[in-house]
Amino acid sequence: MSTLKILLQKEFRQIFRNKIILAITILVPIMQFLILPLAAKYEIKNVNLVMVDHDHSTYSRQLISKITGSGYFRLVDYNSTYNEAYKYIETDKADMILEIPAGFEKNLIREGVQKIFIAVNAINGTKAGLGGSYLNSIIADFNKDILVELSPSFKNDAGIEIVPLDWFNPTRNYQLSLIPGILAMLVTMVGGFLTALNIVKEKEIGTIEQINVSPIKKRDFILAKLIPFWILANVVFTIGLILCYLVYDIQSQGNILVLYAFIAVYLLAVLGFGLLVSTYCETQQQAMFIMFFFMMIFLLLGGLFTPIESMPKWAQWLTKLNPVAYLIEVIRMVMLKGSGLKNILPELGSICLMAIVLNSWAILNYKKTS
Amino acid sequence: MKQFFSFVKKEFRHVLRDRRVLLILFGMPVVQVLLFGFALTNEVKNTKIVIADYAKDEVSQQIITKIDASHYFDIEKNVLSNKQIETAFKEGKIKAALVFPAGFGENLSHGNKAQLQIIADATDINMSNQITAYLTAIILDYQQQNQLSKIPYQIIPEMRMLYNPQLKGAPNFVPGVMAMVLLLICVMMTAIAIVKEKETGTMEVLLVSPMKPWTIIVSKAAPYLILSLIDLIAILLLSVYILQVPVNGNIFLLLAESTLFILTCLMLGILISIQTSSQEIAMLISLVGMMMPTMMLSGFMFPTENMPYPLQLISNILPSKWYYIIVKTVMIKGAGFSAVWKETLILAGITMLLFFVSLKKFKIRLQ
Repeated sequence: MSTLKILLQKEFRQIFRNKIILAITILVPIMQFLILPLAAKYEIKNVNLVMVDHDHSTYSRQLISKITGSGYFRLVDYNSTYNEAYKYIETDKADMILEIPAGFEKNLIREGVQKIFIAVNAINGTKAGLGGSYLNSIIADFNKDILVELSPSFKNDAGIEIVPLDWFNPTRNYQLSLIPGILAMLVTMVGGFLTALNIVKEKEIGTIEQINVSPIKKRDFILAKLIPFWILANVVFTIGLILCYLVYDIQSQGNILVLYAFIAVYLLAVLGFGLLVSTYCETQQQAMFIMFFFMMIFLLLGGLFTPIESMPKWAQWLTKLNPVAYLIEVIRMVMLKGSGLKNILPELGSICLMAIVLNSWAILNYKKTS
Repeated sequence: MKQFFSFVKKEFRHVLRDRRVLLILFGMPVVQVLLFGFALTNEVKNTKIVIADYAKDEVSQQIITKIDASHYFDIEKNVLSNKQIETAFKEGKIKAALVFPAGFGENLSHGNKAQLQIIADATDINMSNQITAYLTAIILDYQQQNQLSKIPYQIIPEMRMLYNPQLKGAPNFVPGVMAMVLLLICVMMTAIAIVKEKETGTMEVLLVSPMKPWTIIVSKAAPYLILSLIDLIAILLLSVYILQVPVNGNIFLLLAESTLFILTCLMLGILISIQTSSQEIAMLISLVGMMMPTMMLSGFMFPTENMPYPLQLISNILPSKWYYIIVKTVMIKGAGFSAVWKETLILAGITMLLFFVSLKKFKIRLQ
């Protein structure tokens, strides 16, 4: 026990001595925590629209003013041909083209049906889909206005009224969607990266040999490497929670202790992963690249940016091996939906299993002799 | 000149010697492009929902069948109370609930009006917006099919999705992943190039040699430029042949623009390397400082035009934003140089700036 205590003292001293590393690992993520959630907005406003009006009738003008008056669309230009309008799409100056064919008003009145054409830049499918559906609903609205005007006897308020409700986030706060992910990233970075780098650094500068020839047990050495980062990551997580409350006014809906219990086990898994990577690497560069490789996969396949259920089946299976995906899910569940310990049991079980496998693998693979 | 080439040769040997890093350098982009190309998508697909049907009449059954038939939604189960809906949400498996109030069909046929609730899990707002929009579209579609003949005057919007008719994720994410992978690899590789010499003490040898600072910088970057170009070609082959995202524009223009972007990243890495004192710090800066901002601010995850103004300003200094626009325009839209000259100029400007700052900051004396 006393060996462990002394080793711990050494580790803590080394961590706190290097002020720059400490600043990078704690301050930079916190700055990102403060800035990045502001970026994650998919709310569509100011969609740039180009009009091609071949009709120049009262109706076409009414439709245009209805669209620009909605607040969602901004009329960039008013062109006479589709090809001219297409140039705007090509250079990203516009997102949509609305083409009103010649004889729009006449045909609508005479034949009762008239098409209009919309072309959307769909490289970003989400944006295109949302923008398109806004435009559709404005056109449907305009359609209703015309109905009232042309045949007042027609009942236009008939039909199904859809009432959308946003649960767990009724104020539609965008920051709320992103914060679980950033919290998860903070914890994972401090836990995983630093452990891997720390051990490999001892290898690279040769100090690990001194430890290897000493009577320090494998167990003590590994524990002394893991405990400081476990504590540090918990501190960072707590800072994150406090910032959540102070800056974004987000309070956990569920029991915060459930969250800490999960983080405690989660960190064991992540630290074990860092340890495992370090046993396979010789230089810091190798460790960094490998950690970066996995971090990027963990983060992007974590269900934060794109939903897991949209992924193909094989990728969904892969996410079952992704600890970050569990953490993001659990933070969302506990903090935003108020789930309790009972609700997160399946996730907790998986993460426990992961922690055991990773750590035993790492310990088996760590050899005192090279 | 001979000196310069032998120095470049030395750098090459250093890079090629570390097999493990080489493996990562080539393996990483390939795996990532494949993984993200297939898996990153915002499409609404197989989204799990629950249905609370208090009406249990013909109309509600027809709507439910229609929703179940679409590949967008999987109906997980039917529930019969608000409590059950809440539990289903809390277990985290479902994203939305559809509630038909009692007497739904009757109200519709007699009173001509009925209400329908869509409850979405708004912890992920972007997704809940989409789910609500898709469900609404299905329901409105049902309604129109059943009363189309009754509406005397109708405008039918005909929508065409340019460049990506099936609204797939890949055409948007491939340019983004290209920008991200290239940036991170180039910056991280070069970020340790000079600082490693400092840390191992070989910097002194370099400093007393007649090498000029610019030759050191250029020859440090040269091997990585070639490695990155190989990576770039691998990524392009994968995206064309496996992800089915073709290069619609001029391939040489795309390669030239990519080379410029790689140069920008290499210079950024060199600057980090010159400014830092240990490999650990250099790597953490290039990783922590680059990864999240690139992911979030370069525009491929979230549209930049919706960000608050200060963030839009920050996004303007990210080389990856400009490269992302260039790749999107040249590769997906198939436009020519005239459409991207401005972005190219900005990238070139950033590169020159980084090069001169590195040159200026390069210290030829030990402290």
